[in-house]
Amino acid sequence: MKQLLAGNEAIALGAYHAGVGFATAYPGTPSTEILQTMASMEGMYTEWSVNEKVALEVGMGAAYGGVRTLVIMKHVGLNVAADPFFALATTGTNAGIVVVTCDDPGEHSSQGEQDNRHFAKFAKVPMLEPTDSQEAYELMDRAFKMSEEFDTPVLFRSTTRISHCKCVVDVKRDRPADLKKPGFLRSSAKYVMVPSNARVRRIAMEERIAKLRDYVEEFPLNEMIMDDPKLGVISSGISYQYAREVFKGASFLKLVTTYPVPEKLIRKFAAEVDKVIVIEELDPHLEEEVRLLGIPVEGKSIVPIIGEFNPETVEAGAVKAEVLPAPIETSTELPPVQIPPRRPQLCAGCPHVGPEFVLRKIGFDSKIKPSPTPREMTEKEIVVTSDIGCYTLGVYEPLGALDTCACMGASIGQALGMEKAGIPNRSVAVLGDSTFMHSGITGLVDMVYKQGNSTVIILDNSTTAMTGHQGHPGTGISINGTQGPQVDLEKLVEGIGVKDVNVVNAYDLQAFESTIKRCIETEEPSVVIARGPCVLREKIKWTPFEVDIDNCVDCRECLDVGCPAICIWDGQVQIDASVCVGCGVCAQVCPQEAIVEKKS
Amino acid sequence: MKDINVLMVGVGGQGVILASDAMAEIGMAAGYDVKKTDSLGMAQRGGSVVSNMRWGEKVFSPMIKKGEVDFLVSFEQVEAARWAAYLRPGGVAIVADVVVMPISAMSGAFPYPGWDEIKTTLTPATDQVYLVPAIRIGQEVGNPKALNIVMMGALSTFLDLGDEAWLEDIRKKVPPKFLDSSLQAFHRGVEAMKSMK
Repeated sequence: MKQLLAGNEAIALGAYHAGVGFATAYPGTPSTEILQTMASMEGMYTEWSVNEKVALEVGMGAAYGGVRTLVIMKHVGLNVAADPFFALATTGTNAGIVVVTCDDPGEHSSQGEQDNRHFAKFAKVPMLEPTDSQEAYELMDRAFKMSEEFDTPVLFRSTTRISHCKCVVDVKRDRPADLKKPGFLRSSAKYVMVPSNARVRRIAMEERIAKLRDYVEEFPLNEMIMDDPKLGVISSGISYQYAREVFKGASFLKLVTTYPVPEKLIRKFAAEVDKVIVIEELDPHLEEEVRLLGIPVEGKSIVPIIGEFNPETVEAGAVKAEVLPAPIETSTELPPVQIPPRRPQLCAGCPHVGPEFVLRKIGFDSKIKPSPTPREMTEKEIVVTSDIGCYTLGVYEPLGALDTCACMGASIGQALGMEKAGIPNRSVAVLGDSTFMHSGITGLVDMVYKQGNSTVIILDNSTTAMTGHQGHPGTGISINGTQGPQVDLEKLVEGIGVKDVNVVNAYDLQAFESTIKRCIETEEPSVVIARGPCVLREKIKWTPFEVDIDNCVDCRECLDVGCPAICIWDGQVQIDASVCVGCGVCAQVCPQEAIVEKKS
Repeated sequence: MKDINVLMVGVGGQGVILASDAMAEIGMAAGYDVKKTDSLGMAQRGGSVVSNMRWGEKVFSPMIKKGEVDFLVSFEQVEAARWAAYLRPGGVAIVADVVVMPISAMSGAFPYPGWDEIKTTLTPATDQVYLVPAIRIGQEVGNPKALNIVMMGALSTFLDLGDEAWLEDIRKKVPPKFLDSSLQAFHRGVEAMKSMK
């Protein structure tokens, strides 16, 4: 049956038809839809774990327990889960376990670009990469068989453009009717990694990779497509599709087993063509493998090492390297119209806007213009360390309220580090409720333990908003929307040992400002929970506000809120009632009290 | 089977992705190989959205090369200018008269260009540039959210599938409450385009 499936949907369906019974993930673009798709499938256990490390550990337990398991994360999630990933690579498994990493070349929605193919080589586990949804679907079944046959986790790598591309998929299989019953096979030699056992498993890992090298030679989805022998293109993943488009008539070697690579097949291909090039996004992973075989090859001398490809980048690189002739110029020069950039922004009514507006006001010297060049801070300014979530958008003007954003949970440690290093300014750490659960808790434990005096601001919108409103332990909402027990945020931070715990309404600017001003002056750690609902999730529409034109003096201070509902129309500040949610933050900012609730 | 490349662009929340999803299914039902991919990043929060949609005998790249877009369908005026370079010579630009001000324009840092200026970015490639009165149609059918269906109606007049292929997909997807206004929106999109051609 033919279906139109995004790569992520194909991965989910392929795994389901491979008899997967257990799937865990922490949401992260571009991987999120895989677990979301699986949640509604019958006979599956699925969970949004608290973070990727826990997701993999829970997954390990399930696979050790004899159930085929899929663990899903975005590229940076595997950094978080690296510890159990290497451990799992050492112990091997009972039932098949596949770890899906969705990389994000071009950083569409990530704090960094990294090529997770290194993880396969690093942890000595086999890796598979589909070139489209059809292959994603088919490879899943093979991935689980490989995992069991070679007693290893399999790394399954997708990228944004595979995960988020819909293609026609011929769905050929169905879910097996009888699945193996769960059961743990007790073996301390295999599962207890004390040094004496780990040394034995270490040998098994090398033997495993050696056997896999033979196995991939016969892997049916690796494919030689022979045409003109002048140019031979080796490629994988989405790059293969661009290469097929750009190098029309060339010969191709499409690889889906990208670690270990099929050496004999590559040699055979290279022997049949005059020139070998590798077209791959990010690092020269395949290029180096080919070069190690002593085959003259070009790759990163043709196409960029940075960013996401598209047919233009591949073609431009090939033309520049004289692998392709220059195309006949057809495009005409466009007139120089200045197009206003459209950056993502916080939604109208977002509960993060008020607190970030206040942090800009009290934390940043208003006399100093924002500039990308590092500058000395003035005496009264406050360092605002930040984290990963919607609120990170507060880095953009006009809010411009953040000083750092590194990785999940880092804000708290960074604030403590600045303080202990002895910087003269006070610091606050800003992170969301989901991020705090993910990896902020341990940072706060350290802050209490080390007697830091920073203030941790938890922007609590009671959801994981950026990735599409997943539940987390603080909400107790499961992947299927059922309500379970909630971790009480206030009690949790009190239990860690924070004595100064404050809960404020995120829309009450005055209350938030006075609380922060008091907290940063104290000599103990403090937590401020700024609570307000995600208006997008709750579909909130209170009474919208409007500008009372008679009282408006056109000072435009309301524009500093950066709300998408406020704009200048015909020289006058106006509020678009269809966009305004009625949060009232702009009304609190207006010095003339010229923003009022709209009269119906 | 002629290859067809459609670039649908707009702003997060306008229904660009729903429309291109629908188009991909319509193409598949009509027997094409289909690939489509969206770039949205953090678009739910007001960023630009672009959806590449390709129909053909056999499609490799889901991304359309610059200068090879047959139909640039823009749900917002200035977004059409942002993607103008992708239009092939002699292609078709269908632009909704909707304006969604980016923050950069609200603050006055970047003036929002007028339609005449936006149009100059499209006319070097083609004289087939159409501004669809989508705001008025949305108001008149009583469903401003049906913008994406108005645009599908306008686009459908260039593709040889017959109205029924599109209407069937709309009937399948739209909740009963909005079905009437959505079907009207489609027909009004068709009419608006036919009156301009």
